[in-house]
Amino acid sequence: MENLLTRHRNVTILVAVLFAEVVGLAVQVKRTADTDSTRLIRVWTVSAVTPFEKAFAAAQGSLSGAWHNYFDLRGVRAQNQKLQDEIEQLRLQQVRLAEDAGQARRLQRLLGFKEQFIARTLPAQVIGSSGSDMSRVVYIDKGEGDGVMQDMAVITADGVVGKILRVFAATSQVLLINDPSSGVGALLEKSRLQGVIKGTANGELVLEKMMSDERVEPGDQLQTSGGDQIFPKGLPIGTVKSVSPGRDVFLKITVKPAAQLNQLEEVLVITQVVERQPTAKEAQTSMRAADILAARLPSVPENTGIPATGVPLPVGVKPPGAKPAEAKSAAGGKAITKSPAHETIGLPGITSAPKPQKAAETHLAGEAGKLPAAKPNTAATGAPGVLPAAGAGGASPGSATRVTKKSRPAKPVAGSAAQGNAGTTTQKQPEMPQPAVTGGAGVPAPAPKAAGPEQKKAPAGTDQNPPNTPQAEAPQP
Amino acid sequence: MNVSYTSREQIEVHRFSLPAAILIPLLALFLQAFLPLRLHFFEIFDLPLLVTIFLSVSRRNPVTGLLTGSIIGLLQDSLTHQPIGIYGIAKTVVGYGASSLGVKLDVENSGSRFLLVYGFYIVHQIIYLVVARGMVGQDLAWRWGHMAFAGFANAVLAVPLFLILDRFKQRG
Repeated sequence: MENLLTRHRNVTILVAVLFAEVVGLAVQVKRTADTDSTRLIRVWTVSAVTPFEKAFAAAQGSLSGAWHNYFDLRGVRAQNQKLQDEIEQLRLQQVRLAEDAGQARRLQRLLGFKEQFIARTLPAQVIGSSGSDMSRVVYIDKGEGDGVMQDMAVITADGVVGKILRVFAATSQVLLINDPSSGVGALLEKSRLQGVIKGTANGELVLEKMMSDERVEPGDQLQTSGGDQIFPKGLPIGTVKSVSPGRDVFLKITVKPAAQLNQLEEVLVITQVVERQPTAKEAQTSMRAADILAARLPSVPENTGIPATGVPLPVGVKPPGAKPAEAKSAAGGKAITKSPAHETIGLPGITSAPKPQKAAETHLAGEAGKLPAAKPNTAATGAPGVLPAAGAGGASPGSATRVTKKSRPAKPVAGSAAQGNAGTTTQKQPEMPQPAVTGGAGVPAPAPKAAGPEQKKAPAGTDQNPPNTPQAEAPQP
Repeated sequence: MNVSYTSREQIEVHRFSLPAAILIPLLALFLQAFLPLRLHFFEIFDLPLLVTIFLSVSRRNPVTGLLTGSIIGLLQDSLTHQPIGIYGIAKTVVGYGASSLGVKLDVENSGSRFLLVYGFYIVHQIIYLVVARGMVGQDLAWRWGHMAFAGFANAVLAVPLFLILDRFKQRG
């Protein structure tokens, strides 16, 4: 026997090593939970590799930062302008969404619905990967010392990335959602159908457990359902790429991930999720749609004779008594003339105390801040006057139609100041979105002063307060 | 009488300094973990496998080869989220096979290195899939086309890489 082993020494050692590895593997597979027996070797390896990865990632960040900060500035102005325009659009879109959110909160409160809020996130840099296409994990530079714990959700601004699988002292292992062993509770945004997002061996995402008689179309958006207890509800997962008949009675749905899983650099770890019921205060203290719009528009010149409403005049509108020199738009630089329509389409609910000067100055600094700020006794016609810009910002046609019915026909306004600011003309004033006049909710309110005594006592008998117009700030149940 | 394509006199057994023997596998692991984040196509390469083959072939000692493969494989396993041992088993076999073949074949020219790496890559992948599917229960598909292409890519990379690594060889 001994002679046999000596003669076949190499094979014997090979068999022994393989046997040991197979036994070790079997032990790990047998135990469902991750055990400490393998943790030691993982810690050693990660400790040996990640310092280099961190150093290289930092060096790369410095180099790319230097490049971007000093050399790659071509086109920044154009990009800045484009982004400014995009911000304009998004702000206006926010108004509309805020209204929807406010309504949803009120309904949720009525139903006793509890929702999850992302209370705290931790930014982290991706420093390494597993190096294997069989195991889709990445390593981030935040670990136990930074408060990272197992099963925390990892996201980017674009969407869901994965979850924390293992935590080491200064690094953590993140299991990406396109790994075959991962699973995310998903919800189709349009049809509200629920399924499970799984990864495949070749790194694709598929939506499982969707019956073949369900209506799923390419382009449908997917978001987290919150059912997995890891990802808060409502985070974007991706878009349906293709739908085809699958096995049995299920559809085969491939999904394009919202986050760039192949090009991850920085991620956010959700370290705290708060579950609570929406409060009434939350809805009430939200900034109104009119305030959001007002904050980004030029202030009203002083000494106007119009009753104070607290909301600045819109672009392209000059209140009576305003000095010609004041009625200049920063963007357009042309004289602003008064539009009669603004006097007539004001709504009682949006009249308020004089607009906070500070807020106006802050927002106007970048776009139209060259106009003088409003004074406390400044008169304004309220949000309706700003509606042309709102209409251009993505308000729904339906809502615009509704508001138009409540307003008098607007006369064309001379001058193109409005064009310079929001790319619209005041001739479109009647096309105002509903949110702008009904008051939005859900947006944090930096301007509580807007609800002053004058707000409650809107001038009676003026054209700004038609009797059939809704109260914008009426507290909802 | 042993039949071999290389006579015993022609066989050169090489060894590596301790820093090289440690740092080359670690560097391969590091690059394998770091580069795919920046260069996504790099995911198709398996640098630890190439280093295993190179070290095993150069040393021409089956026991050293299998131990080299085993250690590198286990380290590679520990960077993944899977149970430790799948890469370990595959690379142990590859290390043993490469060092055994290195005794019999001339593996110093580029053509034989290309074929050697291509063949061992396929063997490595087959063992990996068998273990992963059979023992760990992973739902991995056999992607023969991908495997063939990845084998070719690794073999192409191996030729210049081995020329670089030849500089670290020391006569045994």
